[in-house]
Amino acid sequence: MAVSVDKTVSTGPARGRTSPARRTSGRGRSVLEIALLTVLAVVMLFPVLWMIETAFKENRDVYAIPAKFFNFTVTLDHFKDVFVDSTGRSSLSTAFLNSVVVAGVSTVLATVLGVPAAWAYSRFAVKAKKDQLFFILSTRFMPPVVVVIPIFLMYRQLGLIDNKLGLILIYTAFNVPFTIWMMKGFVDEVPAEYEDAAMLDGYTRLQAFWKFTLPLLLPGIAATAVFALIFSWNEFVFAIFLTSSDSVRTAPPAIAGLIGGTTVDWGLVAAASVVFALPVLVFAYLVRKHLVAGVTLGAVRR
Amino acid sequence: MSDPVTLTTDHPVQAAATPPARGRSRRLSDRWLTVAFISPALLLLLAMSVFPLLWALYLSFTDYSATRGGSANFVWFENYTAILTSAQVHMRALTTLIYVVGAVALQIVLGFSIAYLISRRTNGRGLLTTLFLVPMMLSPVVVGLFWKFMLDAQFGVINSLLGSLGVGPVEWLTRQNTALISLIVVDTWQWTPFIMLIALAGLTAVPKYLYEAASIDRASEWFRFRTITLPLVWPLLLIAVLFRAIEAFRLFDLVYILTSGGPGVSTETLSFHVYKVAFLGFNTGTASAYGILMVLIVIVLAQLYMRYLNKLKED
Repeated sequence: MAVSVDKTVSTGPARGRTSPARRTSGRGRSVLEIALLTVLAVVMLFPVLWMIETAFKENRDVYAIPAKFFNFTVTLDHFKDVFVDSTGRSSLSTAFLNSVVVAGVSTVLATVLGVPAAWAYSRFAVKAKKDQLFFILSTRFMPPVVVVIPIFLMYRQLGLIDNKLGLILIYTAFNVPFTIWMMKGFVDEVPAEYEDAAMLDGYTRLQAFWKFTLPLLLPGIAATAVFALIFSWNEFVFAIFLTSSDSVRTAPPAIAGLIGGTTVDWGLVAAASVVFALPVLVFAYLVRKHLVAGVTLGAVRR
Repeated sequence: MSDPVTLTTDHPVQAAATPPARGRSRRLSDRWLTVAFISPALLLLLAMSVFPLLWALYLSFTDYSATRGGSANFVWFENYTAILTSAQVHMRALTTLIYVVGAVALQIVLGFSIAYLISRRTNGRGLLTTLFLVPMMLSPVVVGLFWKFMLDAQFGVINSLLGSLGVGPVEWLTRQNTALISLIVVDTWQWTPFIMLIALAGLTAVPKYLYEAASIDRASEWFRFRTITLPLVWPLLLIAVLFRAIEAFRLFDLVYILTSGGPGVSTETLSFHVYKVAFLGFNTGTASAYGILMVLIVIVLAQLYMRYLNKLKED
């Protein structure tokens, strides 16, 4: 690619312009660009700030017309309502706990299944390797609302409807392709010669993987696991179709359930959303170096 | 793809050069190890992705209903012809097309613009990028709920802001022609950061010397953009676009929460319609055929995506 660009550049026009004029126009442009960026940043962040603000507002301020931006009374009542209600622990807090269990276990399973597979795909000669890898990734592209129809029937036979294990299994299956693609990139970066050297010292291939390659992969495994965790944590479609009772339901359908009634407590919705989104943002910040690979399912790497 | 040998040369297996391990009786061969490491993951995918799809394929040729139960009678291609000739489905396809094209186009323009602006800054790039990325990390549930609140016709903040500008209240989610636009706007808000992130990765990868060479030649800004920046970023951007198109095509949760397909059927995308046929109409056979057709479209898009991805990697 670079070659073709070099050519086009060298044949480029060489039109002269007075340099002082150019400098002032450059500064003007710079100011304009910063102003534009600021406006865009405000537009992009406003909904998030509004959500946080609403979570801290008293109910009468939440529904105030015109909307109150600054002078409202700060309250923590909505956050309290997220965790406790009149009967003790709220159903929302149970849902959060379910989310932790489902997302956590499915992430661990996807890592345990995906990392060795990624290592094997990276190191060994496998028949039709590229086709296999593409097949693996393409399972991840299936529309969830289509997959859920046969999964629903299958789970009904197996008794996995409204069961955390059912959710864990389907989330694992959706995270394994991602884990393999993402981890294969990390494994490719570790020279195979390390293992060869270890094997010359008398270690078996498995020991070489376990003792020398795996420790080097740990940061990559951590980043991959964090993305898998975020995917499972945010997932909604399978959760709403495969679970129904409060004791099994994860947080996304539980929060969505808050707007089912005739009156909607938007303050509570906002507080629950903030509590739900906060861990994701913290985790995403921790893996910001790998975001490009993470959000493209490990396909695009810098 | 038919020649596996050329694909596996990046890390030659040197088992032959390795002396036999001393005193280790349970030495696993590489081949055995490969099978042991890969098959659990593949088996899970076969059980949870391939088997359900095959089941759906079988059901798509029958008149099975999940609630009626009983036996499934073969109707062969009746479900498929019913769907492909249904005016309802054609309408949903058009809605989906408008939604996908509208949202992805807006996201490219905005995302690339933001990335370009950020790439021209020297200070605060990291902070700016992080701030812009927040919407993308949120769950569609949170995004949908929150925009529903903000777009509320009575007490929504958007109408409140418009009101102070003298624009009358707009019924964003309850009018036929504004509901789809609202959906596109919300999706754009959430996923513009995705395009921005990938465009930024492409923009920062453009070697500086190219720009330096161009400025020595006194090439104009626009000329530099057109001949250096765009050709180098375009392949990456194309991948981002295809990826977004697939995601937008299979989108369900945002529609479900924001509009539930309404008012009327004005925001019913294909994904949402499948759900209605399957879970509200209980025509499992028809819904399966519908789903299989959608899977076919996704497979075509995914193939395109992977082809470009391959090209990018080879360059």
